[in-house]
Amino acid sequence: MNYTELLRAMVPEAALVIGALFVLTLDLAFGRRRTLESRLYIAVITGTVAVVAAMYGAFSSGLADSVFGGALILDELTMATRLGVLVLAWITLTLAGSTARLRHPAEFVAIVLFATAGFTLMAAAQQLLVAFVALELASLSLYILAGFDKSKPESAEAALKYFLFGGMSAAFLLFGFSLIYGLTGSIELHEISAHLAGHPPTPLLSVALVMVLVAFGFKAAAAPFHLWAPDVYEGAPVSSSALIASASKLAGLTLFVRLLWPGFGPGAGNVSTAAGAPGWLAIVACLSAASLLLGNFAALAQSNLRRLLAYSAIAHAGVMLLGVIAAGDAGNGPLFYYVFTYGIATVGAFGVIAVIERTSPCQRITDLAGLYRRSPLLTGCLAIYILSLAGIPPLAGFFGKFTVFAAALNLGGLAGPAGWLAILAIFLSAVALYYYLVILKQALVVAPAAATSSDPVTNRITVPADAAIVLVFAALVLVLLGLFPSVVLRIF
Amino acid sequence: MSVRLSAHFSVLTPSDFLRRCAANPSDVFVAAAMNALPFTIYVSFAGALLALAAGTRSHFAARWIALVTALTSFALTLLAASSFVPSPGLQTIIDLPWIAELGIRYHLAADGISLTLLVLTGLAATVGVLFSWNIEHRVGEFFALYLILISGVFGVFLSADAFTMFVFYEIAIVPKYFLIANWGSPATREHAAMKLVLYSFAGSALVLAGLLWANAVAIAHGSVSSFSLNDLAAAATHFSRGEQIGLFALVFTGFAVLAGMFPFHTWAPTGHVAAPTAASMLLAGVVMKLGAYGCLRVAMPLFPVGLAFWQPTIAALAIIGIFYAGFIALVQDDFKFVIGYSSVSHMGFVLLGLAAANSTAVAGAVLQMFSHGVIAGLLFAVVGRMVYERTHTRQLADLRQLPLHRLLPFAALTFVLAGLASMGMPGFSGFPAELTILIGVWKTSPAWAFFAGGGILVAAAFTLRAIQVSFFGSTQLSPVAASASEPTHAGSPLHYEPITLAEKVGTALLLAATVYIGLKPDVLLDWITPALQSPLMQAALKGGSL
Repeated sequence: MNYTELLRAMVPEAALVIGALFVLTLDLAFGRRRTLESRLYIAVITGTVAVVAAMYGAFSSGLADSVFGGALILDELTMATRLGVLVLAWITLTLAGSTARLRHPAEFVAIVLFATAGFTLMAAAQQLLVAFVALELASLSLYILAGFDKSKPESAEAALKYFLFGGMSAAFLLFGFSLIYGLTGSIELHEISAHLAGHPPTPLLSVALVMVLVAFGFKAAAAPFHLWAPDVYEGAPVSSSALIASASKLAGLTLFVRLLWPGFGPGAGNVSTAAGAPGWLAIVACLSAASLLLGNFAALAQSNLRRLLAYSAIAHAGVMLLGVIAAGDAGNGPLFYYVFTYGIATVGAFGVIAVIERTSPCQRITDLAGLYRRSPLLTGCLAIYILSLAGIPPLAGFFGKFTVFAAALNLGGLAGPAGWLAILAIFLSAVALYYYLVILKQALVVAPAAATSSDPVTNRITVPADAAIVLVFAALVLVLLGLFPSVVLRIF
Repeated sequence: MSVRLSAHFSVLTPSDFLRRCAANPSDVFVAAAMNALPFTIYVSFAGALLALAAGTRSHFAARWIALVTALTSFALTLLAASSFVPSPGLQTIIDLPWIAELGIRYHLAADGISLTLLVLTGLAATVGVLFSWNIEHRVGEFFALYLILISGVFGVFLSADAFTMFVFYEIAIVPKYFLIANWGSPATREHAAMKLVLYSFAGSALVLAGLLWANAVAIAHGSVSSFSLNDLAAAATHFSRGEQIGLFALVFTGFAVLAGMFPFHTWAPTGHVAAPTAASMLLAGVVMKLGAYGCLRVAMPLFPVGLAFWQPTIAALAIIGIFYAGFIALVQDDFKFVIGYSSVSHMGFVLLGLAAANSTAVAGAVLQMFSHGVIAGLLFAVVGRMVYERTHTRQLADLRQLPLHRLLPFAALTFVLAGLASMGMPGFSGFPAELTILIGVWKTSPAWAFFAGGGILVAAAFTLRAIQVSFFGSTQLSPVAASASEPTHAGSPLHYEPITLAEKVGTALLLAATVYIGLKPDVLLDWITPALQSPLMQAALKGGSL
């Protein structure tokens, strides 16, 4: 047990927590005499400094297999996820700074920082207790963020729904963890793995694994544990939705892929052939198929933009689960690339919604009508995000799909469920293009509604400079990572 | 053991290059001209960005930027063509590692087949800009999307790596949606655009599934991950018969959707009809060729065993397509639908040539791709731009009330010439193309050739009917005519805006191309035939001979 080692490994979390406390203190001390805007502005700047410090910490912490007696791991996945989460949190914070109308700005920023600390800890956790604590730190913060807009009943509904589902899944997870501890006598992933490899699977172990997978399904918004997603995406403040849809997903996927493969790997079974050994892979494959089908087909029927994004998120969760299946063989590179670029595109799309909502409501897809006249910049960025989500080359979303499908097909060709899922996902991407084009049709083709088009000048959307910078940054990331995916893949 | 075929690429290393320069200074020009081909992609893309930027301020600037861009890429293709030395196999232009983790390379190469289609693309792009000179609505965006589409098409024709090709293929698909949905004819454009893009995208999903599966099977057989066409073809020689048959079906069908193969052709007529003129010209002229090119470049050489298995099916579908689309064209009330279905019918000949899978038939198919690209461009230019934008009707019933041959003599002349070319009249490019296909098809199966020959009669029938009804339906100005049409000037009911210079230049370019190739098909055949002698193509043609 070496505390200096622990400190060095946890610089990002420390930076974020200190930053959060600093934001609160600053606001308590000097905030009373200032306007809401300036308080938010100060909080966001302080928060950004904390995020940048955390990035530096994540960079400089180096690699280590086992920190503090195996509680944490600092490998390539940890570093990549931490940096990815911090970038997503930075984008969310900046967008919140220029778009949010909040009565408690400092608290909002502080809670975003706490959530981010939870995410970075999730990225490094290598022990059941640390994993659970990190997950709960992030989740509790996200429940609050979902309900942050106290003036809107939808926000409260979203928070309650998210909390009830989340609490339930946390209970499942904890119960599963306790069973695993009882069976294997350890909370260390290495020892659990060694124990599982040495002993035949028992029915109790299956129960424990199913419980963990339920929690995983909730976190990834995979069908049939997806029901919270549309309501939360719709009701929560835009910045909160953005964080829930992007950074939370990246951290969750990293946490669970680490639990599942290095931890419960011996119980994985085999889905690369039709009659492979049973194991948790089969369940993940079922979740993946259900998410792909439900997400894509339910998205076709949506008229609300955010619900559409939620169902598209469920469909993407199906591909991510496929990436989890393939991660055992192909490593974490394809999965991380997919989830990170998905997060960037989603956070960007929510950012565009947030900027539009400064001037006019943006709930229905038709609210985007005539966006090309109201703001060419937003239109261009939105087109890049949506086309990336749809998987159109040369944007990053395409290569993400490509590499995940390639990894899944390389497991055993079309001989087993993994390959079939990849083929299913490829064909469903043609279905998905329909609803993504419906969004872009409103933004790029349809003329502004008659009532507003009479006065296009006042109807123009002004994009704040800081929001414009992060939106363009996100679009550039999608283009550049799409053209040069090796930049990310090489890390793993 | 995997057979490496990379020796068949004539890779030009810098030292080779210098030695060759010293030996023969004219080689410098030859190499430079070939190496300039990828700039067709980059120039088009840069032009798209420039047109987008300029379009917000000046429509005039956006148009000229588009024209200069298209002309530059056309000039680049002609430059390469002028110094092209035909040889079997693809001549590598650029070959860089791109995504090392999956063995993906940015590999551009050209042979006589791709060069033929590159020249066609340059020509179609230039003429398309000329025929969209009158667009006034969101000009910058129109030309930006148009040029992105063009750059994707250039990229497909230049790719020698399946992944690279797929990326360019998809880049060419998405702009079509916005071109049609924004600038198409209002009644049907949104439906037609969505239908067209979803069909294309579903086709490309089949291709993607096939490529990924092929790569997985190749890895399972011990090859390293690679999407190079050569490596995939080498690995595919070890595939089982079932795998070859399945993979060929996926990849060929995926590409054939875009080539308008029956029964996946229904996107084509509706899309062509709803699209703005330039987009119709590009769709029929170039984009449908992307599909046929994919079939020829990817599906056939990679999976020759699959080709042999599916050959009769493809031939049957192609012949059904020729007749089915031809008969539908014969009874259309909408002028543009006649041309739309005629495209499907003519592409049936291309697919039939590919299905026959011998050097003559495939050379004819490539020639037909070029020929149809030019002729379809002409026909759509007359129907969409010259006639529709002046009379504001495409209904043959309305048009026959008008003495159009007197009102628009230039359009009438052009349409008659293009119609003759389309029917396969000697002297125009359609004749040598379809004749070569039929001779080749006869070698494989006389029965197919017999049926397909009947298809030419159908083509003659619907073309002659269209000419007669549209332009020569009436010689008198009847009172019905004045009310049926919506005249542009209220004062003089049947006086139309004269044909503009841009339209005349565009028409002249296309007519010159079809006549030139009609009289000297050897120009193109001399490029195409050696390309078919490459080991890859020979494997396909040998595997496919019944």
